[in-house]
Amino acid sequence: MSQVLDSDSVSYSRRIMDALRLDPVMLSLLLILASFGSLVLYSASGADLDAVVRQMTRIVVAMLLLVAIANIPLRMIRKFSIWLYIAGVALLIAVMFFGEVGKGAQRWLNLGFIRFQPSEILKLAVPMVVAAYLANRVLPVGLKELLVSAVLVAIPVLLIARQPDLGTAILVGSAGFFVLFLAGVRWRVMISLGILLSLMAPLLWKFALHDYQRKRILTLLDPESDPLGSGYHIIQSKIAIGSGGVYGKGWLNGTQSQLDFIPERSTDFIFSVFGEEFGFFGSVVLLLIYLAIIFRGLYIAAHSTENFGRLLAGALSLTFFVYLFVNTGMVTGMLPVVGVPLPLISYGGTSMVTLMMGFGLIMSIRSAKRFLV
Amino acid sequence: MLKREQLKDDYLENRLIRRRLVLAAVFSVLLLSVVLGRLYVLQIVEHEHFSTLSDSNRVRIKALPPTRGLIYDRHGVVMADNLPAYRLEIVREQVPDLESTLRQLKQYVDYSDQDLKRFQQSLARRRPFESIPLRLNLNDEEVARMAVNLHQFEGVEINARLTRNYPHGAHAIHALGYVGRIDEKDLRKVSEVDYAGTTHIGKLGLEKFYENELHGEVGLQQVEVNARGRTLRVLSETPPLQGNNLHLTIDSGLQKVAEEAFAEYTGAAVAINPNNGEILALVSMPVFDPNLFVNGISFANYSALLDSSRRPLFNRALSGQYPPGSTSKPFYGLVGLESAVTRKEQKKFCIGYYKLPNEPRRYRDWKKEGHGHMDLNNAITQSCDVYFYDLAYRLGIDRMSAFLDKFGFGAKTGVDSTGERSGLLPSREWKRGHDGMPWFPGETLITGIGQGAFLVTPLQLANSTAAFSQKGVRYQPRLVKSVEKIPEYEHIEIASRIAGRYELLKEANWEHVHKAMINVVHGLRGTAHRSIGRGIEYTVAGKTGTAQVFEVAQDEEYEEEKVIEKLRDHALFISYAPAENPRIAVAVIVENGGHGSSVAAPIARRIMDAYLLEKS
Repeated sequence: MSQVLDSDSVSYSRRIMDALRLDPVMLSLLLILASFGSLVLYSASGADLDAVVRQMTRIVVAMLLLVAIANIPLRMIRKFSIWLYIAGVALLIAVMFFGEVGKGAQRWLNLGFIRFQPSEILKLAVPMVVAAYLANRVLPVGLKELLVSAVLVAIPVLLIARQPDLGTAILVGSAGFFVLFLAGVRWRVMISLGILLSLMAPLLWKFALHDYQRKRILTLLDPESDPLGSGYHIIQSKIAIGSGGVYGKGWLNGTQSQLDFIPERSTDFIFSVFGEEFGFFGSVVLLLIYLAIIFRGLYIAAHSTENFGRLLAGALSLTFFVYLFVNTGMVTGMLPVVGVPLPLISYGGTSMVTLMMGFGLIMSIRSAKRFLV
Repeated sequence: MLKREQLKDDYLENRLIRRRLVLAAVFSVLLLSVVLGRLYVLQIVEHEHFSTLSDSNRVRIKALPPTRGLIYDRHGVVMADNLPAYRLEIVREQVPDLESTLRQLKQYVDYSDQDLKRFQQSLARRRPFESIPLRLNLNDEEVARMAVNLHQFEGVEINARLTRNYPHGAHAIHALGYVGRIDEKDLRKVSEVDYAGTTHIGKLGLEKFYENELHGEVGLQQVEVNARGRTLRVLSETPPLQGNNLHLTIDSGLQKVAEEAFAEYTGAAVAINPNNGEILALVSMPVFDPNLFVNGISFANYSALLDSSRRPLFNRALSGQYPPGSTSKPFYGLVGLESAVTRKEQKKFCIGYYKLPNEPRRYRDWKKEGHGHMDLNNAITQSCDVYFYDLAYRLGIDRMSAFLDKFGFGAKTGVDSTGERSGLLPSREWKRGHDGMPWFPGETLITGIGQGAFLVTPLQLANSTAAFSQKGVRYQPRLVKSVEKIPEYEHIEIASRIAGRYELLKEANWEHVHKAMINVVHGLRGTAHRSIGRGIEYTVAGKTGTAQVFEVAQDEEYEEEKVIEKLRDHALFISYAPAENPRIAVAVIVENGGHGSSVAAPIARRIMDAYLLEKS
């Protein structure tokens, strides 16, 4: 009896999902993560219910955008890519001249009714445009395609790095790189590029990085050298996570978090709060949820019927992984502190919206396949 | 190559992309394993370590400095207490921009460069979130001005703290000593834990000697704080324990009399109870106000004290070393009798100088024309030098120094204070160690009248006099009568301790010298008779002394009026009274005061009068 009801309800909800062109697996994983996130945020914000409500509102808005994008046919998205890219780059240039300065970087554009970071657009536009460009070409990519793609990626990355916003530049750059990687850039090309980059590293260190960025990297190597200055974040974050132990100190009981020792604890360093309160066990569960989302994205990519979908879904999923890796690496003291939030959990609307729109794209890719077959 | 560019093979391309996707998936899992590995290390392998760090992060130990013990005189008069004083303090961790804060603070509270320097030193060795004083002892106006503007300054506090106060100012300063700000040197000597939060420490005198008693026990407060150092709640508290109170042997009233008796003179006086070594008064003149030192003396004040030719900072009573001059004669008289080198009735004819058998040099008597026939009694009463030159010659330096050693000369008395010096009792061994030269007979002679290398401190002289009055029983002098233990408020009496004892061979020998000393004051020809011997209501045994500051050449004459004051002789007087049952022994030294009888003896008498007459 119940079995019948169950299968009935399953098929019923599947019908809704299909009608809305949504992927139920991905959607449930995202919802689990978002609710998890709200829970942690409540603790990290010092039991500030308002902050949680604001964040949930953002989740709802972002979800609506996800649904909207999921319902745009993939062909349109593909055609639209180049225009989104051009608009994004234009806005980036506009930011250079008219942007608002916040926290020492010029990232924000105020359009009167809304204030946003154009660099967020590029997180989607860059993989879209490169994927759209390569989709028609014969794969694996040849030298010409590689060069064109490289330029497409380099322009916005350099503009963003100049703001300066190293975290976003890395995310945008890796999104573009992943498309190329999936499109089959030959190993020897990648290896030579790798060697070239490592040879250029000293020059980049000297000329491309800002003082504070250099300092962050140095601090990473020896955080104790400046425990009250730039090493503070790393030390306190490590203490928080380490003191969490196997099962954590319990929700709302993290002393490091609740007593304000962790800087940026509801945004970039929210994983420290999570690690302290939920311990190793909680962290493993959380990372597995993330991994499931990434794998689902890669699965959708693998099962897409056309190259644009394969490349874009794959690149977006892998970029999502970069978010996760850079953020967790940063709070555990393995990577330098760059402003990369923990995806879907860190407080803040911008990255939430961009990420959900990315998942909207992935779902659109999935539906495209289903409708074609 | 050409073919593949022409032909787009979806199957091959799909295979390529899938391969890459799988590769990327594997790579993601690998990288995520690195993160997991890292978490494993942090949360499981090093959990203990971070757990400890986390606890110490959250729980901060705040030191609660103890209140310093009080000091009372023997009758309960407060000599040193603690008063609340306002301080301007800064918690570095809470100040966003220290330099501009310091600059702005200057508008409201003036602090000196010295304050700033000290502040920066303390800053360098502070514990996290400790408040560091910038200025101590704010006056009411400064407190008011700061209070109004405090809101502009994050991390700046005005705190009232108990600070050492000497209610009588300069009174008895050289007996008490003082406290001052802890400096680098002090920090090396004290336990960092015990002195966490303590800003002052005994620098001198009793305050330093009894630092362990007076300091008390530091209290601890475990507080939970946030990263900005704000105290959120107190987890536990061990209150500090006030330091023990000291009850002195000093009689503040007597001390005052002694200080006033000196008037404008420079010098020292020590009064001791010969029956137990209790120091009743310990005066070194001039004095200075110790309160100046408590909160960091200003450079101008300090150099004024340092540069003063009368050296008020110098504790003459303990550290001043003077030739005893003729005050040593009773001791030589006793050794003469005890060793049977001389007899009571044996006489020496004084012609105003003395000559050694094979030496042309004349050893002069202070009385140019000589004293005529002198026995021991007269030689002491009239202070004949020639008699004692002769006695010294016959005694020899070895017997002299061995005997005087028994009365405590040439050694520290072991008084419970700081800065005591040992004086110098010349001997053959000393001479050899000192300059490798043999002892010359002439040196024996001048040692015999308390000159030459012979040096005593006023405390030593008083204590030796007390020992003499007790027929050789010498107590260790002390300034503290009892320690009042906190929190029991139990008085622990400090037992008197006999430091040395000379067993008289014949008590009559001592009686003889003792009577000669009574004659010094009460005898008509006694050197102190004119100055203090008249109208005295009790019997005093005493001896005057004059110590040469510079040597008069063989063919010159010492003429007091012609010698500038600084080079004038020091005046000395030792005494004990009542002679039949001594209750007080006094030594007085007046620097450049000329003759002992005219200046030093009256000071001693005023002390004895005050002690013996007002008490009964």
